[in-house]
Amino acid sequence: MSDAIRMTTPLSDADVEKLKIGDRVILSGVLYTARDAAHARLVDLIEKGEELPFDPQGQVIYFVGPTPPPPGRVIGSAGPTTSYRMDTYSPILISKGLKGMIGKGKRSKEVVDSMKEHKAVYFGATGGTGALISGCIKEAEVIAYEDLGPEAIRRLVVEDFPLIVVNDAHGGDLYEKGRARYAK
Amino acid sequence: MREVDVSLITDAVKRMSMEANTRLGEDVIATYAACAMREESETGRSILEQLQRNAEISGETGLPLCQDTGVAVVFVELGQDVHLTGGALREAVNEGVRQGYREGYLRKSIVEDPLRRKNTGDNTPAVLHVELVPGDKVKITIATKGGGSENMSGIKMLKPADGVDGVKDFVIERVREAGPNPCPPTIVGVGIGGTFEVAAILSKKALLRPLGERHPDPYYAALEEDLLEKINRLGIGPMGLGGSTTSLDVKVEVHPCHIASLPVAVNIQCHSTRHLETEI
Repeated sequence: MSDAIRMTTPLSDADVEKLKIGDRVILSGVLYTARDAAHARLVDLIEKGEELPFDPQGQVIYFVGPTPPPPGRVIGSAGPTTSYRMDTYSPILISKGLKGMIGKGKRSKEVVDSMKEHKAVYFGATGGTGALISGCIKEAEVIAYEDLGPEAIRRLVVEDFPLIVVNDAHGGDLYEKGRARYAK
Repeated sequence: MREVDVSLITDAVKRMSMEANTRLGEDVIATYAACAMREESETGRSILEQLQRNAEISGETGLPLCQDTGVAVVFVELGQDVHLTGGALREAVNEGVRQGYREGYLRKSIVEDPLRRKNTGDNTPAVLHVELVPGDKVKITIATKGGGSENMSGIKMLKPADGVDGVKDFVIERVREAGPNPCPPTIVGVGIGGTFEVAAILSKKALLRPLGERHPDPYYAALEEDLLEKINRLGIGPMGLGGSTTSLDVKVEVHPCHIASLPVAVNIQCHSTRHLETEI
């Protein structure tokens, strides 16, 4: 395996452009959480021309709905959810400057095209390792849509979150490449 | 007639919903380790090691294995010589889920209506399957089923002429199409026969069997092995990043069916397979 690349959010176009599928990235900094319900509200605000709870410019959204924090912890288990459910919404956020998404599973052609056009990257985290990933999350605060419970938007501060580039800003797709390499 | 107070059922469901979410079966841990030994992809091996590490951390900290602590699918085998006292069975099960998901700091993932989608706030109601059986015991099995893998499941009403090859094609195509989405390496539950709904329930029950255990009928044991081998040749690999471990196991359950029918259902389970059973 090649050496991991360390990066800190927010991400610039230059940061995103140098990433290639299969690169391992150790990410630190601020992330915003959002799942289906929060995405629907964000896109609704954009369509109405209203202000968002956070400015997506340069930011990274983590598709996660964590478990509640037990006493003494900032967050509970917090691994990625399946990303295709956000495919309807992601291109609109990417067009507003979103630079990265963290999840697991395939993205649509529309999302991949939008990532190429606007320079954004899709990272995979290891699904089903929410207890392990929880240790990378140092701060967590609900900033919007508390009524959505686990689907509220949280501002996280992460340290050394291990990720892999699944779709880059050049149209690459690690799932296709990986499967082709090992298919018999 | 043996009397059983439903509070015992509440307590069992509460305890098992918490325990299932923080402790994997020994069969699962052993299968991760065995697959890591023979996985061809370095990234795949690294992911299988992360799964083992995650299970250790969950055990040490009490944090759930996965943030998707699931819908509580509860199977009750109720002995027909049991008289339940102290309340309704369904409410007793829901109360166990309510208490377990609150006290275990588990995620509340249930919406009260599929289209209007307001979270119930306590992970109830459970999905409850009750079967009346001989005897005076109550057997309770809980499977905390994540949404990501459930969404990749499927059912098809094949023609009898499609036969075993048609079944294989459907199962393999479903796994191929699911790709990285259901958190591979998965466990594939296959229900064959019965009616539309029976095939689906069989495919879920199939997931409750221990990993590595083969079907008692040699014909279906061979089918399970053949499907597992073909699925692991798809190349999908751990988390879909490529590799030789796409599924940890395939389980087949069957039921008699109509002369015109060949239903087949595929229920996909992520690598974090969480289920427990107890008997009262």
